[in-house]
Amino acid sequence: MSVTVLLAIVWRELLRFRHQTSRLVSALVRPTLWLVVFSAGFQNVLGISITPPYATYITYDVYMLPGLLGMVLLFQGMQSSLALVFDREAGMLRLLLTAPTPRWFVLLAKLVAAAVLSVVQAYVFLIVAALFGVDMPRFAALTLLPALVLAGFTLGAVGLLLTVYVRRMENFAGTMNFVIFPAFFFSTALYPTWKVQDSGATWILAVIRLNPFTYVVEMIRFAAYGRFDAVSWATTAAVGLAAFLLSVRGYDPQKGMLGRKPRDEG
Amino acid sequence: MPPAVAAPAVVVANLSKRYGRIQALDDVSFTVPVGSVTALLGLNGAGKTTLFQILTGLFVADAGRVSVFGDDIASAPVRALEHMGIVFQQPVLDLDLTVGQNLGFHAGLHGLRRRRAADAIAEGLGRLRIGDLAGKRVRDLSGGTRRKVELARALVTSPRLLLLDEPSQGLDTRSRADLVTDVFALAAERGTSVLWATHHVAEVASADRVVVLHRGRVAADGTPSGLSEAQNVDTLEAAFLGIARRDAMA
Repeated sequence: MSVTVLLAIVWRELLRFRHQTSRLVSALVRPTLWLVVFSAGFQNVLGISITPPYATYITYDVYMLPGLLGMVLLFQGMQSSLALVFDREAGMLRLLLTAPTPRWFVLLAKLVAAAVLSVVQAYVFLIVAALFGVDMPRFAALTLLPALVLAGFTLGAVGLLLTVYVRRMENFAGTMNFVIFPAFFFSTALYPTWKVQDSGATWILAVIRLNPFTYVVEMIRFAAYGRFDAVSWATTAAVGLAAFLLSVRGYDPQKGMLGRKPRDEG
Repeated sequence: MPPAVAAPAVVVANLSKRYGRIQALDDVSFTVPVGSVTALLGLNGAGKTTLFQILTGLFVADAGRVSVFGDDIASAPVRALEHMGIVFQQPVLDLDLTVGQNLGFHAGLHGLRRRRAADAIAEGLGRLRIGDLAGKRVRDLSGGTRRKVELARALVTSPRLLLLDEPSQGLDTRSRADLVTDVFALAAERGTSVLWATHHVAEVASADRVVVLHRGRVAADGTPSGLSEAQNVDTLEAAFLGIARRDAMA
């Protein structure tokens, strides 16, 4: 039965995604602009020396690519959460929560659906990047997969946790910006930590090291080059698991935020 | 040894729920006998929707308990929910999907495999005379037809209990009459137990049993004719208004 429930939830998300082609377009245009425009402007300013996992000097666009993959996943994670908030306002969430299935499993299925969409978009972006001449090793298509799945799950779980506390569409859109941009800029997506260290911005360096998104990006970066960074994997998995467990608690009517306020009182 | 007695479809026992200073439900108790159509009558703000939220496990009661065919909604929610087909007060359909896709999604949530789900969907839509709409997007349907789709969806899993929370809200007179006819016919044919919350008395005049909820309390509980006789009036509507007025003055 659980597999049927899981498939039903993933199937609906895929159907909805198919109807929202603008979602895929915007998911690709955003990082593509960064890759093409931003990296062109900074190509000569930000030379990247040999740092793991790179075995040689690399150009800035090559350095940016894992960060931009992270960006695709980050936006998709928030987008899935926004869809959940929309489902709540449209009433569809009630249909999910009154299904004869443990609530944690319904939420897990939502995360699996979000991760599937994330991975699909990430691979499409990889193709777009390759068309612009920014490539990764051939084997990256394979070695990236588990990292993208875990990253998609974790970022989806963080978004899910947000939906526990931010319950209205208009508030959630604002919160998305509040989460996405600090997470992206205070990470290693755009520049390595040693660059920040060299500039003497120690507090920014501290925030970068505390930012879970940094570990998501590094996990993807190392995976793309066939390397396994245990710290990044462990941190990303721990954050994802913690966010998921807190979300399950938040969606439990006996313990969480749900069921505290009346709705459509009749 | 006495024969085992089947549990009622719904037992609501001493249920209370408070939102801050508002007492939404106050020591509410009633039962829905198996195979009966029970109406939950109440004016706006009576607590009907809160009661439904607790019945469906969306909210938790401060005190009291609810069981569905013997399964407690708080301690065994999955088993209790398996018995239910629900039509919510607010329309709950994915407008971007087709009728068939909406029902298929619901069937999947209830663990129905593809072949069985397809049969159940075809039967449910056919039963409500909307079999030709399976491929239509919900967004393109009228409000009355959407309600029929929701009723068909609730029937896909062949529930033993049908919960209807003001299902006729926003419907025109004809659609409302269709809905009433369909629900009563279904209950008679399948022996489905029904709990129907509404403030439109005419919809539930043929119900087997009526529970009047007023300001979060059970103000009356009995058969339609019994309530009319007790109020010394001719119709259920007059009885309902009399009970509401009496309680408002108390």
